[in-house]
Amino acid sequence: MTSPAIPVAATAKAPRATSGVDHWGGVVEAWLRIHTGLVYAFLYTPVIVVVLFAFNANRLATTWTGFSTEWFGRALGDQVVQAALQNSFSVALPAGILATTFGTMAALGLQRVPRKFRLGFDALTYVSIIVPEVVIALSTLVLFASTFGIINDATGMRLQLGIPTIIAAQMLFDISIVLLLVRARLSGMDRTHVEASYDLYATPWRTFRQITFPQLLPAIVAGFLLSFTFSFDDYVITSFVSGPGSSTLPIFIFGQVKRGVSPETNAVATMMLALTLALLVIGQLALTWGSRKSGGGTTGGMAGMIAEQA
Amino acid sequence: MATTSSKPKPAGGRRGLSALLTTVLVFPAGLWYLVLLVAPLAIVVVFSFGVRAKNGGYDPAFTLDNYIRLLTSPDRLAPFFTSLWMAIAGTIGCLLVGLPLAYFIATRARKRKGLLILLLVIPFWTSFLIRTYSWLIILGKDNLGGLIGTVIGDPNFRILGTPFAVLLGLVYGYLPLMVFPLYVTLERMDRTLVEASKDLGAARWATFRQITLPIALPGLITGSILVFIPMMGEYVIPAILGYGRTFLMGNALVDAFIQTRNWPYGSAMAVGLILVMLVTVSFYVWFVNRGRQGREVSVL
Repeated sequence: MTSPAIPVAATAKAPRATSGVDHWGGVVEAWLRIHTGLVYAFLYTPVIVVVLFAFNANRLATTWTGFSTEWFGRALGDQVVQAALQNSFSVALPAGILATTFGTMAALGLQRVPRKFRLGFDALTYVSIIVPEVVIALSTLVLFASTFGIINDATGMRLQLGIPTIIAAQMLFDISIVLLLVRARLSGMDRTHVEASYDLYATPWRTFRQITFPQLLPAIVAGFLLSFTFSFDDYVITSFVSGPGSSTLPIFIFGQVKRGVSPETNAVATMMLALTLALLVIGQLALTWGSRKSGGGTTGGMAGMIAEQA
Repeated sequence: MATTSSKPKPAGGRRGLSALLTTVLVFPAGLWYLVLLVAPLAIVVVFSFGVRAKNGGYDPAFTLDNYIRLLTSPDRLAPFFTSLWMAIAGTIGCLLVGLPLAYFIATRARKRKGLLILLLVIPFWTSFLIRTYSWLIILGKDNLGGLIGTVIGDPNFRILGTPFAVLLGLVYGYLPLMVFPLYVTLERMDRTLVEASKDLGAARWATFRQITLPIALPGLITGSILVFIPMMGEYVIPAILGYGRTFLMGNALVDAFIQTRNWPYGSAMAVGLILVMLVTVSFYVWFVNRGRQGREVSVL
């Protein structure tokens, strides 16, 4: 797969007969290296800074004075943080599970529909990802507020914004992500196993359970972890369709940041980072293990899948 | 929409069962797309022709007032232009930073490719909000902002709250989205073409411009669109790093919908934003593809 890289690397070092035009080669190589190093430093500095300052002994979050873990204790003891943490899980877990189920179902169903219908569905999937989040968030808010107003006036019910509306709104993007991942996996799947299964008179359900599902599992796991993480971390959609008492961790953090970053903010942020990174590691391990077991070719595990998808 | 009624009537019970299964599989996702994507966007289009209710919200009407108010006032149009130039500058920034990086990973990293890609996915995977607000600490007057102020001898020097801080946040936040597609196209590149070009005596720059860049073009277009569109609608970065002073479309929309509760006017802006995005992206794709008859680059 990467065999062309070897002769290239070799020629890059070997002196060339026509090196009259190529004496900048070394400079370019060095620049590429330094550039890459600097970009990774650029990408990671903010993450490191947040974690570092979460352990800062100083009340002011912006200058370093000494090491302390007191802010984690304070954050965990804070009732507002506890409520936000609970809300975050109450949103991300159902949203992730439901979106993974619906997205996987749709990916399977779309194999069986007429082409025209599938193209229409694909168009909606892309629209849901491409329309700026703030537009989706505000128009969803308007939809909820208007319909709740009409229903409440007509029936005397008291529907209002809260955890269920956040879950419903989050699921739109989550379903699209799962759909894309599972469909990519389906299209790359080896059909011969399925045909062999039918030739051996297996029922469709049994074929699905024993052949299709195990091959799809890596994409389904990746889809769930991605949905969960997106819903757990999302601020824009959540903040606009949330109601009284349904603040999540990102809403808490945004509010804190507006008043000035405190070490407690950094402690909460660090715990969020730790959780999402743990999920990424689990996903990576599960996918590597899964592909070894089923022999499916997901090179690079989760990271590879996400990079290919974009 | 989420049914397969257009199919010919099934001959036997088995076909009927199969059609039913298909409907059941596609129905939930289809319902979500209809209720939470098509319906909200349709409502926004309808509302944009309405008037503001007395205590905020929407009253039915058919008027073009919202669009006229938007188009005739330079003040109201300002966020469009700010968003447009910020998104263009941010896209160029992502390209300048991302192209050499993608090129390095695709052609020089060899065995460490997987690791370098994973290292790009990690920040992309972690909370956007957290990675953004961290720049408040880094650029603050106790750290980098103050340091630069001391160096240039201006005690009032600030980075935070300026368009530059917002731009930095945009490039920082969306860089991976530019690098992934660039990497994928460069990785598939046939390296022998580069070798052939060099063997024919072409200089590095000529090889890059005539071989590598045209090959990277599909990834470049996809990446540019992937970063440009969310930048146009960005809300969190200007709110945090720009202190709300760099007023982008996202901020103007939130202002109209939440603060002044003028839903019809906000809806007109949202429709305008989507139109501006469509026009810009179409123009960009046309511009990049001009003179490449028959070798058109598709977008997605």
